[in-house]
Amino acid sequence: MIRLIVNGRPVEVDDEPSTPLLYVLRDTLELNGAKFGCGLGQCGACTVLVEGAAVFSCVVPVGDLAGQRITTVEGLGTRERPGALQHAFIEEQAAQCGYCTAGMIMRAQGLLERNASPTDEEIRAALEPNLCRCGTHLRIVRAVRRAAEARQRAVASGLSSLGRAG
Amino acid sequence: MGVPDMKVSRRAVLSTGGALVVSFALAPSLAGAAARSAGRAADRSLPGSLRSTPMLDAWLRIDAGGITVFTGKAELGQGIKTALIQVAAEELAVQPQAITLVTADTARTPDEGYTAGSLSMEDSGTAIMNAAAQAREIMMRLASERLRQPRGELTAAQGAVIAPGGRRIAYADLVSDRTLHVRAEPRSPLGNPAHRRVMGRSWPRVDVPAKVFGERAFVQDLRLADMVHARVVRPPSYGARLRSVETAPILRLPGVLRVVRNGSYLAVVARREYQAIVAMEALSRSASWEETASLPHQSRLFADLLAWPSRDVPVGRRGRPPSLRRSHAATMLEAEYRRGYLMHGSIGPSCAVALFDHGALTVWTQTQGVYPLRSALAGLIGLPESRVRCIQVEGAGCYGHNGADDAAADAALIAKQVPGRPVRVQWMRADEHKWEPYGPAMLARVRGALDAAGHIAWWQYQVWSNTHSTRPGGARELMPAWYLERPLSPPAPRPLPLPAGGGDRNALPLYRIPSLRVDYRFVPKMPLRVSALRSLGAHFNVFAIESFMDELARAGKLDPVEFRLRHLDDPRALAVIRTAAERFGWRAYRRLAGCGKGFAFARYKNLAAYLAIAVEVSVDRGEPMPRVLRVVAAVDSGEAVNPDGIRNQIEGGIIQAFSWTLLESVKFDRTRITSRDWASYPILRFSAAPRSVEVVVLNRPGQPFLGTGEAAQGPAAGALANALADAAGLKLQDLPLSGDRIKGAMGS
Ligand code: FES
Ligand code: FES
Repeated sequence: MIRLIVNGRPVEVDDEPSTPLLYVLRDTLELNGAKFGCGLGQCGACTVLVEGAAVFSCVVPVGDLAGQRITTVEGLGTRERPGALQHAFIEEQAAQCGYCTAGMIMRAQGLLERNASPTDEEIRAALEPNLCRCGTHLRIVRAVRRAAEARQRAVASGLSSLGRAG
Repeated sequence: MGVPDMKVSRRAVLSTGGALVVSFALAPSLAGAAARSAGRAADRSLPGSLRSTPMLDAWLRIDAGGITVFTGKAELGQGIKTALIQVAAEELAVQPQAITLVTADTARTPDEGYTAGSLSMEDSGTAIMNAAAQAREIMMRLASERLRQPRGELTAAQGAVIAPGGRRIAYADLVSDRTLHVRAEPRSPLGNPAHRRVMGRSWPRVDVPAKVFGERAFVQDLRLADMVHARVVRPPSYGARLRSVETAPILRLPGVLRVVRNGSYLAVVARREYQAIVAMEALSRSASWEETASLPHQSRLFADLLAWPSRDVPVGRRGRPPSLRRSHAATMLEAEYRRGYLMHGSIGPSCAVALFDHGALTVWTQTQGVYPLRSALAGLIGLPESRVRCIQVEGAGCYGHNGADDAAADAALIAKQVPGRPVRVQWMRADEHKWEPYGPAMLARVRGALDAAGHIAWWQYQVWSNTHSTRPGGARELMPAWYLERPLSPPAPRPLPLPAGGGDRNALPLYRIPSLRVDYRFVPKMPLRVSALRSLGAHFNVFAIESFMDELARAGKLDPVEFRLRHLDDPRALAVIRTAAERFGWRAYRRLAGCGKGFAFARYKNLAAYLAIAVEVSVDRGEPMPRVLRVVAAVDSGEAVNPDGIRNQIEGGIIQAFSWTLLESVKFDRTRITSRDWASYPILRFSAAPRSVEVVVLNRPGQPFLGTGEAAQGPAAGALANALADAAGLKLQDLPLSGDRIKGAMGS
């Protein structure tokens, strides 16, 4: 048994320690956010946060993560209480097929946790590991900028809206 | 809308016992829709897909539960669900939230063939708009009788018919089971285009929330009770045959339930997903294959393409033969353009889930065509079509014929070996890269003459390419069938008919040219697997035509935009060109060192959406990649139902076409495809995305829907090439226009 904290909840999983985190999240824990795109660390569809940092969940063995905090897009908010990035992605309609979306949001969440007001250049550089075949890039950059601005306003007014289990 | 019926328990699936039967019971009036549409000859007088499915209740159901609209088209990330809901809401005089939309499902929806060719709005949008208008009129007439009020004094709003004094009857109270079981009329009392409430507004996409909250949104997210996971061990190359494999040790691996071997077809089934992957890798290591070197030399591809036997398809003939006119020509130019094979490159490799139970097969699939796939799978598995149900569930964007149908075939073949248990097949990245059918390689030769007044006097264009569609069809087009013990082989390829065409799509320039000859040299030999890639031949043909237009303009010392305008008459073509040029600031443009601008225009298929685009780039000798600074496009796709949806697709089409045009070409050696992942087939990332893209939608209320999805591919390629040529001062005739090539041509 391997103990993890997933979206703020402690869980125990019985997967082989060599199993990449992606399959534990999708198959064992039945979460949808992390997507299989390449399994090779080349596309970012599987991006989640481990201890607040964005990682390719398809290449990290779950055995290396005992006791660590993992956040998937499900942990950022819900329809009733969307996280700042989720809200911004809807506002900007920053999706076409949407298969890359959850990975993009998690990559951006990792950025905003270390840089609250990134420039467009910094957003692009941070998102570089993630691929989008639909060509939604510019809307995604706009959505991240919008979320950063919303969060700054929220901080200024004493609220935090970056997401619940960030 | 989400995905209904996603978490169906096995019991629920089984109790429907072959699915078809149940949904017939659920929706008696719809049950026959598919059968009707298949059997009846098309009624040409009816609008859109009402031609093949004329009964109103095949498209619409109104009852106490609400309003349900049915489409045979599939959501592919293009936003079709939202646009169709808007169309129905407009004509039914309700809010979009009042409508539930059911997409492609052989047990529930009309047969509308493939979701392809940018035809969904023209086919399904038109059918639903007319069906909804006719249904509304039927309800108004019923209400007029019930309320004893003249029809003309009634209005429809918020799901009810309302009389002047405020008396109202809800739609659901007017409609009984059979009310809408009537044939559509050729003409509909359509709403006034000047008073749109829902159409023409940027309604947020209904499918986006599920995707940002991590809800079940994709076929990859389906989890049925008792579901098992399969992986296929694909051969290392197209012609490979399985010589030997040791399956006994694989069966002892954790979780492994079964190894499936049928000729050279090899797969493994396991309880959990990662167990299936581990077993697939072990099985792959133990398999030994016999391979043949069947691929051309990559370096000689274009010489081969010209040398292989070809069949001539005349595309356009106009005016007197060139020899008579040549003497009048002030300037003669010629050029040759080339494009390699392009990948669809879905970010999510293909996936399908199949359940074979009690002699019936149900497949959840990301296919673009549930009905064609159903007949192909019935043939593959040896079942009557009535025992096969295909339900479309979204996958990652496909951009044409990728591995989706083959993955459904995999799931069906494997599910038949594990009856009673849903089988999920997920392709690996290399499966998709190596086995999807590519957009074919293409070559074009153009010659043209300019008269002394700067008008094109003569134009000759020839394009060499394979077929641009090998979609099923039947079982023979399903790739897994080629490796079975009793293999099927694909049918002989055929060119797609004009006017839409395939390799010759948009080969005929829309420009006014008095003497012209355009031919498609259709090449049947196709050593690499090819099929429909977004816009088919239009990406390359428009790139070639628009590049050559700039050559001619340069030779005549004419501005590229002016040059295009003087060769066009269609006011809608002129409007998109003028709009794009003005918004870009074409005339006032001041070139900075290393920068350049490019322009292009096309009308997709020469009969659909109009699109013009201006691009600014900078080329820096120190940097490997050019930068796209600014893009402005103007599009007219008829009446715009969801303007932001159109902008989203056009922005995406432009960026994707930039990736194809700048970076992409499938690599292979004499035996194997060597582009097997994103490192060996790189695509555009954020760093190479344009700094800005502006899309202006020219809305034409009341005009027919022209479709949007593929309109940008060709013009984006042409404008990018023209901008790079302008910035670097060179001719660019080979795709991809990658950094190396540009640097090489610049001599740096
Ligand atoms: S799936 Fe993990 S990087 Fe592609
Ligand atoms: S929206 Fe389709 S891959 Fe990004």
